[in-house]
Amino acid sequence: MKKVLAFIDVVDGQPGEIGYELLDFARQAAPEAELVAVGAGPQAALEGLAGADRALWTVADGYRPDLVGEVLTAAIVAEQPDLVLVGSTAVGMDAGTYAAAKSGYASIAYVRSLEPLDGSLAAQSVILGGKMVARVAVPDRTVLQVLAGAGSAERGRVPGRPAQVGTLAEPAAKASFEGFGRPEAQDVDITRHDVLVSVGRGIGDASNIELAEELAEALGGVVSSSRPVVDAGWLPKARQVGKSGNKVKPKVYLALGISGAPEHLEGMRDAACIIAVNTDPAAPIFEVAHYGVVDDVLDFIPALTESLRVRQG
Amino acid sequence: MRIAVVMKLVPDVVEELVLSEDGKRLERGDIALKANEFDEQALEQALLLKESSGAELTVIAAETGDVDEMLYTALAKGADRALKLVGDGLQDGIWNAQYAGILVDVIADVGADAVLTGVQANDDLDGQLATWLAAGLGWSFATVVSGVEAAGESLIAKKEFAGGLTANLRLPLPAVLGIQASPEPPRYAPISRVRQIMKTQSLEEREVTAPAGSITVLSLRPPEKTGGAEMIEGDVQAKAARIAEVLAQQGI
Amino acid sequence: MPTGTDLPVAQRAVFEGFQHSWLVPLFYVLATVALIIFFYGVYRRVGRYRAGKRATLVRGWPRRIARSLMEVLTSRRIGRRDRYTGVAHAFIFWAFGFLFLGTTTIFLDHDVLGLVAPSLEFWKGAFFLGFSVVMDVSAALFIIGLVMMAVRRAFFSTFRLSYRRVDGKQQDRSAYEREDWWFLGQLLLIGVTGLLLEAFRLIHDHPWFQGYSPVGLAVAKGFEALGMTAPSAGEAHFVTWWVHAFLALTFIAYIPYAKSVHMLASWANAAARDEKAAVVLPTQETGAQTIPLTPIAANLTWKQLLAVDACTKCGRCHEVCPARTSGAPLSPRDLVLDLREFLGGRRGTAAAAQGTLSAAATALRDDGSPLISADVLWSCTTCRACIEVCPVGIEHVPLIVGMRQTLVEEGEMDQNLAQALMNLGRKGNSFGQSERARAKWAEQAGVPIKDARTEHCEYLWFVGDFASYDPRAQRVSQSVARVLHHLGVDFGILFESERNAGNDARRIGEEGLFESLAEKNMKALSQASFDRIFTTDPHSYNTLKNEYPAYGLECEVLHYTQLLQRLAAEGKMQIVAPQDITVTYHDPCYLGRYNRVFDAPRELIRLTGATLLEMPRNREESFCCGAGGGRIFTGDSLYGEKPAESRIREAAGLHGIESFVVACPKDMAMYTDAAKTAGYEQQIAVEDVIFLIERALGIGAKTPEEVNA
Repeated sequence: MKKVLAFIDVVDGQPGEIGYELLDFARQAAPEAELVAVGAGPQAALEGLAGADRALWTVADGYRPDLVGEVLTAAIVAEQPDLVLVGSTAVGMDAGTYAAAKSGYASIAYVRSLEPLDGSLAAQSVILGGKMVARVAVPDRTVLQVLAGAGSAERGRVPGRPAQVGTLAEPAAKASFEGFGRPEAQDVDITRHDVLVSVGRGIGDASNIELAEELAEALGGVVSSSRPVVDAGWLPKARQVGKSGNKVKPKVYLALGISGAPEHLEGMRDAACIIAVNTDPAAPIFEVAHYGVVDDVLDFIPALTESLRVRQG
Repeated sequence: MRIAVVMKLVPDVVEELVLSEDGKRLERGDIALKANEFDEQALEQALLLKESSGAELTVIAAETGDVDEMLYTALAKGADRALKLVGDGLQDGIWNAQYAGILVDVIADVGADAVLTGVQANDDLDGQLATWLAAGLGWSFATVVSGVEAAGESLIAKKEFAGGLTANLRLPLPAVLGIQASPEPPRYAPISRVRQIMKTQSLEEREVTAPAGSITVLSLRPPEKTGGAEMIEGDVQAKAARIAEVLAQQGI
Repeated sequence: MPTGTDLPVAQRAVFEGFQHSWLVPLFYVLATVALIIFFYGVYRRVGRYRAGKRATLVRGWPRRIARSLMEVLTSRRIGRRDRYTGVAHAFIFWAFGFLFLGTTTIFLDHDVLGLVAPSLEFWKGAFFLGFSVVMDVSAALFIIGLVMMAVRRAFFSTFRLSYRRVDGKQQDRSAYEREDWWFLGQLLLIGVTGLLLEAFRLIHDHPWFQGYSPVGLAVAKGFEALGMTAPSAGEAHFVTWWVHAFLALTFIAYIPYAKSVHMLASWANAAARDEKAAVVLPTQETGAQTIPLTPIAANLTWKQLLAVDACTKCGRCHEVCPARTSGAPLSPRDLVLDLREFLGGRRGTAAAAQGTLSAAATALRDDGSPLISADVLWSCTTCRACIEVCPVGIEHVPLIVGMRQTLVEEGEMDQNLAQALMNLGRKGNSFGQSERARAKWAEQAGVPIKDARTEHCEYLWFVGDFASYDPRAQRVSQSVARVLHHLGVDFGILFESERNAGNDARRIGEEGLFESLAEKNMKALSQASFDRIFTTDPHSYNTLKNEYPAYGLECEVLHYTQLLQRLAAEGKMQIVAPQDITVTYHDPCYLGRYNRVFDAPRELIRLTGATLLEMPRNREESFCCGAGGGRIFTGDSLYGEKPAESRIREAAGLHGIESFVVACPKDMAMYTDAAKTAGYEQQIAVEDVIFLIERALGIGAKTPEEVNA
C-alpha cells in the first residue's frame, strides 16, 4: 500500500474530530503509506493536520454537498491512491460514495476496523443495526466510510500544518449554499457537563423524565437522551446524544433505558465511565458500557437517587 | 415537478437474522424483510412536497422480496404511480451500486426531476444509494436531509450535521436527496384503504437486469462479545448501592 | 261535614267565573296555537332525525319499551348514586304525570264527551272526589320536587352541574343556566298557580267536598286568615286562572324547543338504547363515510341524533369520565352538547334539510377548527363509564369511535399510536416484536403447554398481546399456565399463529385492521382443535366473545377467572396455603362494565383466604386505568394526572391494603408503573389474582429443565 487519502470534514469553518481520527486510523492500518489529507474549507482548518504527509486543499466557505464530492473526486483522480478514507458522517456521506462512483473506486461503508488479508486488507463493517459484522475484502482503489471512534482523534491531531499543502482548484458545484441554521440557544449545553443522565425509550413516558431530573440533580449533572426521546418531544433537540445530536465525552455517562443503537453509541462511547441500565441483558449498550445493570429504569432510578442521598447524608 | 421515491426492502433486525450455510450472507428466505425506515421518511417528505406544490409522485422499488404491500401502501398514502422492478437475481438482494445502475434508466423513463430516497439503510454495505444515484445521473444532491421545500426550478433542502447545526442548500433540479427525516412522521395508511387500492389499482412492472456487484463479503457474523460491561447483580437496592459506590470512585 | 246521599253530586264547572262569553273561545284559540307550536317543534325534530342515516336496531322492541318504561316510571337510573335527585325527579315526574292526566281527563270529559255524549260525562261524584285528592297531593309533591331541585341547583356545590368546559375553549354557557332555571321556575309557577287556583276556588265556593283537597284547603284557610273573602277570591281566581293557563300553554308550546324536550326524547332514547353499545361496535362498510369531526345530520344515524336531543345536561358522564377527571380535554357531556348545538343550530339544520354534504355543510367553528377536536377524541379510553351512568341511555363511545375512524382515515394521530397500528398490521402485536417470539414466555412457564394447532385440547387459551410480550404480564401468563397445569386443565395455545384480537384496533377506529386481525385469528382458530376458549386479557375476551361471532366464532368464550371459578365450584381448588392478606380488587372495564363479570374474581380472591376491601368506585363504577381504546399506546400527553395513579391513591386510602389485585395484563403494566410513579411501590404490591391463587394452591414454580427432563 503506497498512498492513502484521508478526507477531512469541515463544516462551518471547523474541522470535525473525525478527520483526526481518520489520520490516526490510516497510520495504524498502513504505517508505511504516504498519507494525504484532502478537504475543502478555510486555510485555518489545516492546523492540526501535521500528522498527514501532505494536504490537498480547496479553499471554500459555506457548505455544498457536490462541492465536497467533486473535491474528493478530483483528489482521487489526481493522486490515484490505494485507499481513501472518509468519515461516516453527514459530510462523509456526501463525499465518499459519490467520489467512489465518479472515480470508479469501490465503496465500503460503516467500517470500524481493517485487518490484513493475504497481502491485502479486509474491512470489518458494522451493519444491520449493529447486529452483524461483515468482513469485506478491500480491493485496491477503494473508498472506505469509517465509523466514528475507529481511530483516535487524540493521536491523529498533530499541531501545525502538513509539511506540504497543495491547492485544488474549487470545482464547479450545482448546489448553492444559503446559510447555516444554528440550534436555538440552549438551556443546557450537554457537551460541557461531567455527568450526563441519559434517558432512552425505556423511560416510558414524558412524565418519568422527572425521575431522571432528580437523579441528575443528586449527581450534579444534567439530563440528556437518545433520539426517540427527542423525537417524541419529551426533551429538546439540544439534549440529544448521538450521530444526529451531540457527541459527548463526560466523565460519567448513565445510559438509562437506552438499548444502544450504533447512531447513539457513536455520540457517547468516548465517555470515561459508562453505566448502562436496561431490561434487556442482550442490549448492545452493555457492549460499550463499563458497568451494567439489568433492571427496569423506573425501579432503578429512584433506588439510585435514594442511595446517593443516603451517601451524601 | 415529478418526484420519484426509491424504496427498498431491508432485513427486519427485530426478527432473527439467519445466516446462509457459507456464512457470507443472510438466508433471504428465512429472514423477515421490511421497508427501509428512511425510505418511509423519504416517501413522507415527497407526499408533503406533493401536497404543497402539486408534484406527481412515482414510487419505485426493486422486487428484492415481496414489495407489493410496500408499494400499495405508498399508493394508499397518496403516491400517483407505483413501479415494481422485476428481473432475475433480484430476489437474493442487490447492492446499492447495482440498484443505482438499474435506476438510472428507469428514472429517465419516469421523467422524474427529483429523486428522494432514504439517507441510508441497515444493509448498504457498499455506500448509500442516494450518492450512487447522484453520481450515476450527474444530478445535484444532498444527503442527511431533514426538510425539503420546492422553490421554482430548485429545491431548498435542510441538511443536518452533528450537534444540531443545519445548512440550507439550494439544489437546482434535477436533484437527488438522501432523506434523514421528514418534517412530519410517516403517515398511517388505514388497512381498509390499502385493501381498496389493491382491488382498484395495479402496480406497473418493468423488467430490469442488474449489473454485477463490486464488493466481496468474506463473512457475516454477529459482533463478538467484547466482554463489555461488568454486570452488577442483586436486588435493585443492592445494584443501586453498588452504582453509587462506582460513582463515588469516579469522584462524583 | 254533610254525609251520604242527600248531598249534591260532587262536581265543578270548568270555566267557572268567566264573565265574558268570548273568554272561553279565546282560551281554545290560545290552546290550539300552543298545540300547533308544539307539534311543529316535534315535526321539526323528527324531520332532523329522518335526515339521519338508517340505524340497525337490535331486536326486542317490546322488551326494550317495557324496560325504558320501568326506568322512567321508577326514576331508577336517575336515582342511582344520587337518591336525592332520584326522589325529587320521581316527585316531579309522577306529579306532572298525574296533573297531566288530570287535565286530559277534564278535556275528555268536558270537550269531547260534553259535546258528543253529555250523558256519559264521568268527572263527577265519587270519581271526582278521588280525582280531587290525587290532584291536590300531586300539586304538593310537584312543588316539593321542584323546590328540592332548585335547592340542589342553588346551594349544593354539585360538580357535575358546572358547565365550565374542560377543553380550554371559551364559551358563554350562561344560557344553559338560564334555560335550567327557566325550566324549573316555569314549572314551579305552574304548580303554585294551580294550587292557588284551587285555594281561591275553595274560598269562593266552599263546596261540601272541600276536605278532598287537603293541601288546597290549608292554603285557602291561610288566605282567609289573612282576610280574603269570597268575592275577592273570585277575582283573584279569575286572574290566577289566566296566569296559570298562559304558563301552562307556553310550557306545552316550548316543550320541543328547550330542555323540556327531554320529556319526549329521553324516553324515546331510553327505549332505543342498545345494551351492547360499545361492547359490539357496528361494522363499518368498506368505503362507507365515517363520521366527520363537524358532522351534519346526514352523517349520523337517527338514533345518534335522537340521543343528542335526549341529553338533560345532568353531567353524570362529565363527573365519572376518567379522561375528564385526569385533566384531558374530553367531557362526554360537552361532546354531546357541542353536537346538539351545532346540529340544532342554523347550520346544522340547514344542512340537514338539504341532506347533503355541501362545502357549507362542513362548515367549521368560527375559528376554523372542527367542532370536535382530535384531542378530545383521542382522550377517550372507551371505558364505557359514560354509557353506564347516563340516565337517558346516550351511547357516547360508538360516536367517538365513529369520529376516530375519520381521524384514522386522515392519518391524524399520535406518532406512537401510528407505530402501534403499523406493528399490529405487520407483526400482529403492538410491540413490534417478532411474531415468532409470541410464545417465548411459555419456555419459562415451567410446565408443558400444548400446541393447539397440532393437538386437541379442551380449552384454547387466547393469550393476547400484553400477556405475551410485556415482561410484567408474562409472569401472569406463566403463573396461569402453572395453575391450570396443577388443576389438570387440558389447554393449549396457538403460539405464533395468534394475533392481537383487534379489540383495541377497532376502538381506535382502525376498522380495516380489526377485520384483518379477526380474519387471521379466525383462520388460526379454524385450524386448531378445541372445545372452548378462555383468555387472560379482558380486551381480547370482549371482542372474541361479542364481536367474533360475526366472523364465525361459535364456541363459548371465558375469562380465566370464570374458568377458575368453575373449577372451584367443582371442588378442584385445594387451598393449602390460605393467604392472610388484605387486598382490594380493580374491575377491568372490559371485564366488568363491558361483560358484567364482577363476581368471579372476587370469589377467587375470597377463596384464597384473602380479605377483600372494596374501593369506593367498584364494580359498575370502577375507574378506568387509562389504558383502553388504544390509549396505552398514545402516551399521557393529553392527561394531567394519570388515571392509574389516581386509582392507586384511591386504593391506598383503604386501611391496611397490602395488594392491589388485578385481572388484566394491561392493568398489571399500568398499575405496576403507577404504583412506582405515585410512590406507593413499597406500600402496595400490584398482583394479578392468579398470583394469589398460585400461592394459595402451594405451587412451587418449577424450572424449565425439570419440565423437559
